[in-house]
Amino acid sequence: MATYTESKQSKNPIVRFLTMNTSREVGGRELPLWRQLVLQVLCIAIAAEVLFPIMYIITLSFSSRETRPSSLELFPKELSLTAYKQVIDRPTANPVTFIELLRNSFLLSVGVGLSSLMVAVLAAYAFSRFKFKLRQVLMVLVFVPLLIPAIGLSTPLYLLMNSFRIADCGGAIAISPFASCAQGLGRVMFNLRDSLWGVGIAMISTALPFAVWNLKGYLDTIPRELEEAAAIDGADTNQIFFQIVLPLALPQLAVTFFLGFIGHWQEFALPWLFLTQPESYTLSMTLYNMTGQYANSVPWNRFAAMAVIVALPVAITYIALQKQIVSGLTSGSVKG
Amino acid sequence: MASTSMIDPVKRRSDFRKVVTPYLYLVPAFLVMSVITFYPLIYQVIVSFTDFQTKDLLRGLASENLNQVGVQNYVDILTGGLPVQNFEFFRVLTYNLWWAITNVALHVPAGIVIAVLLNTPGLWLKRIYRSLYILPIVVPPLVVATVWRNIFDEQYGAMNQFLTNVGMLFGSIDPVRIRWLEDFTPPIPWLLPNGPLTLAYYAMMIANFWLGWPFMTLVATGALQSIPKDLYEAASIDGASGYQQFRNITVPLLRPAMIPAAIYGFTLSFNLFNFVYFMTGGGPARSTEILVTFAYDLVRNLRLYGAAAAFSVIVFFVAMVIFLITNRLTKATENIVE
Repeated sequence: MATYTESKQSKNPIVRFLTMNTSREVGGRELPLWRQLVLQVLCIAIAAEVLFPIMYIITLSFSSRETRPSSLELFPKELSLTAYKQVIDRPTANPVTFIELLRNSFLLSVGVGLSSLMVAVLAAYAFSRFKFKLRQVLMVLVFVPLLIPAIGLSTPLYLLMNSFRIADCGGAIAISPFASCAQGLGRVMFNLRDSLWGVGIAMISTALPFAVWNLKGYLDTIPRELEEAAAIDGADTNQIFFQIVLPLALPQLAVTFFLGFIGHWQEFALPWLFLTQPESYTLSMTLYNMTGQYANSVPWNRFAAMAVIVALPVAITYIALQKQIVSGLTSGSVKG
Repeated sequence: MASTSMIDPVKRRSDFRKVVTPYLYLVPAFLVMSVITFYPLIYQVIVSFTDFQTKDLLRGLASENLNQVGVQNYVDILTGGLPVQNFEFFRVLTYNLWWAITNVALHVPAGIVIAVLLNTPGLWLKRIYRSLYILPIVVPPLVVATVWRNIFDEQYGAMNQFLTNVGMLFGSIDPVRIRWLEDFTPPIPWLLPNGPLTLAYYAMMIANFWLGWPFMTLVATGALQSIPKDLYEAASIDGASGYQQFRNITVPLLRPAMIPAAIYGFTLSFNLFNFVYFMTGGGPARSTEILVTFAYDLVRNLRLYGAAAAFSVIVFFVAMVIFLITNRLTKATENIVE
């Protein structure tokens, strides 16, 4: 156990990066002052490069001016929350409230995360702990989708989701693709493609293989002594899974969930392709609508406030969980 | 003796359970994946041989208007026969490879140099610099892209305003008005013979540089920590200069960590959908289009579902080839290390 935790820590780049021994290192050579100054100038220049867009957007978001910036400002002159208030009151010209956008984004990212996790942990357990005939073949089948760019599946998913419709044909209800109205389209009451359900289901197609991969990598690192002991005591596979493996894997389940959350929160391609009703839009779609040639009427301070709002949940998740997230990623990749 | 050689029914049942259990655990995953991954993949191939269009959306493959067109979609894509302006498959493919390679070629060296800089013994304020330099990893790429898009705005963007301020230091009073994202004339025409590298490409390189190097610094810092300090001490006793130490100790010992990171960065940049779509949308005139953004444009805006399906099949094969090559590279480097 001791060696296991040790090796895990050393594989964690962010933690090592932030907690490295920074006092005068072994050897104790003092840096000559002129070199120290040159390096300090370099470091400050790099820090300025990193902070440039961040300070720019934060300054802009705290500005109350609706006109576009005419000169460069990197430090807030005022701390006005007008832009945030306006964005939250009325995010777009569409009839949709901020709360609805927030709810849609959360429903999608949390729903996709949880449902893929539940299915994935079972598969990861099978791949990690059992030797069976088709293991290699099935593993390849699960992991090949990881190699396809997610956009590659968007066309068939669009077409397939679009064929699940519930239509009111003037009295009778027809559920495509099993039945359709005798004439014409009828009044479409529900189109799976045009709903958060459809988007969510489509998103699972990339979320699931990733979750299996990530969890399997972690399960491989859990020592099996406990399970073997339980088996000797007469526990069957299901008992071992639910009472020993699942509790042990809980932290990693959380990490996989939050990694997925970071990705799903930014999901744009599928919702932007599938959804047409403003009330099912997500925050990232709204942010896209606030930039570019069609957004000339959007004041930049509002855009900046929206950018900060979209970025915050991801940034907070990262900072709160950076240790677990990075070690989670590496434990997945090491054992693949 | 006889009883043990006979097949005990209880034991047989438990054997059966042993064989079946792993498959039972896999049933949910494969049920889900059959519906939303494997079936769509097959469906995609079927659609790619048809001229599926908006009018066929109602009835899908059962539509009376649907024609089987054989490999016509594939031929159209590869020979430029699609009814799409400014699209040529091999130009986009070359640009896509160039985009991914140039990104990695900038991020990896910058990441290493900054990691070495931060690793200098006795440097003041290290901890502060480290926590600052990590910030770009924390911000979602999609937000980064929109922010940089505004920064590169011709009239109100921060980049032109910054350059104006710099110009003022040298006595120029005219405001800088570079049309970063719209100008089509390539500033360095000979750089990529196959296609125009517009200013938008350079703007995106700058924005993606901001996004990309901190990850490489992170990986390089981890690897630097595992290089034994006595190697450097021995080298300096032998009279090796700082540069010689970097060249002959740091670089070779960083290689095993940096090559997988570079490959990861390459694949990431190659398919960098959100960033490209949010920053330029592939423009101007599709000069910064990569394969995934074009695939998306085919289905989202042009609504040529048959061609989009065929294009996605091609993208799938490109991804496979790239995976096989990078996998080879990773394996080869592993062998060198061992």
